[in-house]
Amino acid sequence: MVKPTSVTNSIKALRASHGEMTQADLAGRIGVTRQTLNAIEQGKYSPTLELAFQIARVFEVPLDDVFQYPA
Amino acid sequence: MSYEEKSTWVMGVLAVVTYGIYVAIILSQTADRPLLEVDYVPVLLWTIGASIVASIVIHIFLGAKTGLDIKDPRDRDIYRRGEYIGQSFLVIGALAAMLMAMFEFDTFWIANVIYLAFVLSAILSFIAKSVFYRRGLPTW
Repeated sequence: MVKPTSVTNSIKALRASHGEMTQADLAGRIGVTRQTLNAIEQGKYSPTLELAFQIARVFEVPLDDVFQYPA
Repeated sequence: MSYEEKSTWVMGVLAVVTYGIYVAIILSQTADRPLLEVDYVPVLLWTIGASIVASIVIHIFLGAKTGLDIKDPRDRDIYRRGEYIGQSFLVIGALAAMLMAMFEFDTFWIANVIYLAFVLSAILSFIAKSVFYRRGLPTW
């Protein structure tokens, strides 16, 4: 019913490599609920471009390192 | 479950419960008179009013108990798409009411078709939003 996104992400790995940052911590820093961050992480919700940039900025990496689109 | 998802459930359950109460009261009055002679207007107004008051009270209680989450872009997307889907029943209800008025149906039926359309619209919106919250929203 709900078309899954082809975009994958590395948020979980990035959180782990940034001092085991919790979903709640990251969610708080980008101004969304923990449930929304979880949905983004699981590919159930495609964030706005602005939100995607905000996530990348928290980890101080380029957008491509957070979100990937298969060739 | 976020505050907004809980709020969605509150609105869905309230729509079903208050309409159920309305129908039960109306049908209980048909024992001694025909359906079209039941004074439905005060019952309709009271159940709608009670639904609004209950919604406000429950939301205040929810906010105090679980804390008010921010309404983030996902909540707004889900709300928008859910309402869009639910509105199909409003259109059907409005068309039905227009045809019934043209064919001079009793106002009892016209009012009740419109009320039913509002309730079905709320239920459909609730189902759509719940699915979006649980199973995700489609794509970029």
